[in-house]
Amino acid sequence: MIHIKRLQEDGADVIALIGEIDASSSIELDLAIAKSVGEGFTKILVDCSSLEYISSAGLGVFMSYIEEFKDKNIKMVLFGMNEKVANTFEILGLYELLTIGKDKVQAKKMINEL
Amino acid sequence: MRAKAITRLLFSVGVITWLALLFTDISVVFSTNAGIKPDIPVWVPNVILNLFILSLFYYYKFKIERDEVLNFIDLLWRVFATGLVATVFSLALKLVEYLLGSTKLTTHPVFIDLLYVINLGLMIGFLIMAFSAWKRLILYQKSKWLLRFWNVFEWGLLLALVYNSLGFTSIDSGFGQNIHVILLTFFVILALVLSGNMKWVAYLNFRQKWTSLLLLLLTIFYLLYGFFTMSSLAESLDTYATVLFTDHRAHIFVMSLITFVSIYSIFSFLVILFNLPTTSVFEQKLEEVVNFQRISQSIQTEQSEDSVYNILLETSVSTVFADAAWLELKESDREMKIFTYKITDKEARDIIQHLSDQNVKGVLDQGSDKTKNLSKHLAALKGSRFRSILAFPIYVKGENIGTLALLKELADGFNKEMTKIVSTFANQAGISIENFRLMEEALQNERYKEELKIAKTVQKSLLPDVLEKDDDFDIAAFSESADEVGGDYYDTLRTNGNEVSLIIADVSGKGTTAAFHMSQMKGIFHSLAQDCIEPDLFMKRANQALVYCLERGSFISATFFVINKEQKKVRYSRAGHCPVLYYHAATDTIEYLKDKGIALGMVRNKSYANFIQANEFQYKPGDIMVLYTDGITEAKDKKGEEFGYDRLTQVLLEVKNEAPKDIQTHLINRLYQFSETENINDDYTTMIVKFK
Repeated sequence: MIHIKRLQEDGADVIALIGEIDASSSIELDLAIAKSVGEGFTKILVDCSSLEYISSAGLGVFMSYIEEFKDKNIKMVLFGMNEKVANTFEILGLYELLTIGKDKVQAKKMINEL
Repeated sequence: MRAKAITRLLFSVGVITWLALLFTDISVVFSTNAGIKPDIPVWVPNVILNLFILSLFYYYKFKIERDEVLNFIDLLWRVFATGLVATVFSLALKLVEYLLGSTKLTTHPVFIDLLYVINLGLMIGFLIMAFSAWKRLILYQKSKWLLRFWNVFEWGLLLALVYNSLGFTSIDSGFGQNIHVILLTFFVILALVLSGNMKWVAYLNFRQKWTSLLLLLLTIFYLLYGFFTMSSLAESLDTYATVLFTDHRAHIFVMSLITFVSIYSIFSFLVILFNLPTTSVFEQKLEEVVNFQRISQSIQTEQSEDSVYNILLETSVSTVFADAAWLELKESDREMKIFTYKITDKEARDIIQHLSDQNVKGVLDQGSDKTKNLSKHLAALKGSRFRSILAFPIYVKGENIGTLALLKELADGFNKEMTKIVSTFANQAGISIENFRLMEEALQNERYKEELKIAKTVQKSLLPDVLEKDDDFDIAAFSESADEVGGDYYDTLRTNGNEVSLIIADVSGKGTTAAFHMSQMKGIFHSLAQDCIEPDLFMKRANQALVYCLERGSFISATFFVINKEQKKVRYSRAGHCPVLYYHAATDTIEYLKDKGIALGMVRNKSYANFIQANEFQYKPGDIMVLYTDGITEAKDKKGEEFGYDRLTQVLLEVKNEAPKDIQTHLINRLYQFSETENINDDYTTMIVKFK
């Protein structure tokens, strides 16, 4: 089960993920990102501090947007992951594809530098 | 058998008591006529009569009340037949009397008494038979109170028999007469109240009602005949002042019975007579019930959608005597599907078009929730044979999914009653359609399950039965998937005398698509690996191939190894798969080989090459390589804690000196111990290589 909250800060869309993302709840993540893109945001911050688990399907959602973001010049930074979730990202090699920050402050800094 | 014996016994007792009655009564009449004191007490015939009544009473109780198969007409028929026999017998006696002429014999009180007793026996038999039959009719739909009432009546009658036997029978004594009148009035009132129970009449159809009328009429005739014959015989006996005989007129039981049987017969006759004109309505109602049943049954018997709707239309048309009907159902958001009955699709569509042109709300306007009679709008449509239309919205779970329309060629052909009936049909239609859809869904689900089973078999068959063998290393592999179809894959392939290729892969997602991607991975492995390809090149090519197969968001993590026994070297490349757990026997150390590499399908262009590394290491005897999928490290215990990398390391260290097969068994056992359940929620896959 996942609960997704969205709020806007300094022109960036902050998507907070609370709970676990598996194959079925990954659809909600996909919808949330699609909605943010649809609303015209070019800066997306994904708050993973309350994300307890993410399955490969959930990671696939992030992956599926990489190309689109590059084309549309949309920047996305993930931050606040716990060790377990970070490890999942690391094993699959996503650290090299996605921008991942420690906390919100760092993430905001990173998104402006991108 | 026992019941049969009892009825026979009772019948015999009846015959014997009747004969006894005959002799005793005649003897009393003879004596009193001759003016001498009778040899037997005068109350004896009365008591014997009561015994006769009792035996007949129980005889019919057993015969009629225990017979389950008798229907209403059978009962009436039995009563009629008994009455017929009694009357014919009595008439035959009259004929004999007539033939003998007015001689001294025929006017002798003993002869008259003989006739009287025979007639009395026949009459009582007929009355008790009718009493038992009427009892069944009255108690056809019994309530607690009705049953109590009846018991009071029946036991009251039996007590009257006892009272009668005690000898207070003389009408002449004032006290006896008062009691007599009071008791008789009491029973007549009870009989009147009980005769109000005529529920069985409603269950007769038109034909049965006519039969019943005839049978009842004849029964009433027999009763009248019997009553007058008895009365006249009794009166002629009365003329002999000194003669004492068993007078039925003083007998409360017999008199009450005559009254009750007559009242109920007349009531039934009248009720049936006045019910005749409304019979068709009841039959109609009954047909409705049967029709409803047909609809619900048609769904259970797995008939096709068309035939279910056809039955629905047919039954609603026949119930309200309509000429045609159609059912319009929402198939998707825009499309409407029409099922017609006795009307062509074109005619139906013309009417729909006409009504929508006229901007009529209600008939096919899905927004309206009211049933409307729209006949007046139809009058304006030229070229249509229909002059009345009635339309009903159909709801499934509160959502309007279509319309049921009924048509008549007659103008103003539908009345309010019909509107009500058809609205019930529309409700039933909603239920039928919902049931039908649920059934379809269930079947579909069943099909999916079957397909999933096939996918699982396919997936299992993709995994190798036999792994490559080599004198430099041993391999053991294990894969167990959860209920769903998993996407774990491992394989081995010997490319030449010195080299063996190994792969372990995990397809993202689950289910049939995962199994498909797994089979693609197998194809890629077997086509690329046989050319002694370098691991990093393998990954680049595999990625390139998969770009065209994997849908958006899907990817495959994999690690590919080439073991070269000539150089004692392992070359490998990791594409986002779980890091290999490696045990160095020489130093007795253990480590995860963490190096760079992203999963296949994540980057879908040439730049993927930048994200993949080629690695190699020398192996030594005793070294162990544990390959696994994330199902192992992410296995959870009851508290939700994961198995994790540290536990995996620990488990390997416990059995580092064992053969790969034993290491594997130990690992799996530990996993099940940890998760404390037999039902795994992910795929467990390991491949363990031990070098020699």
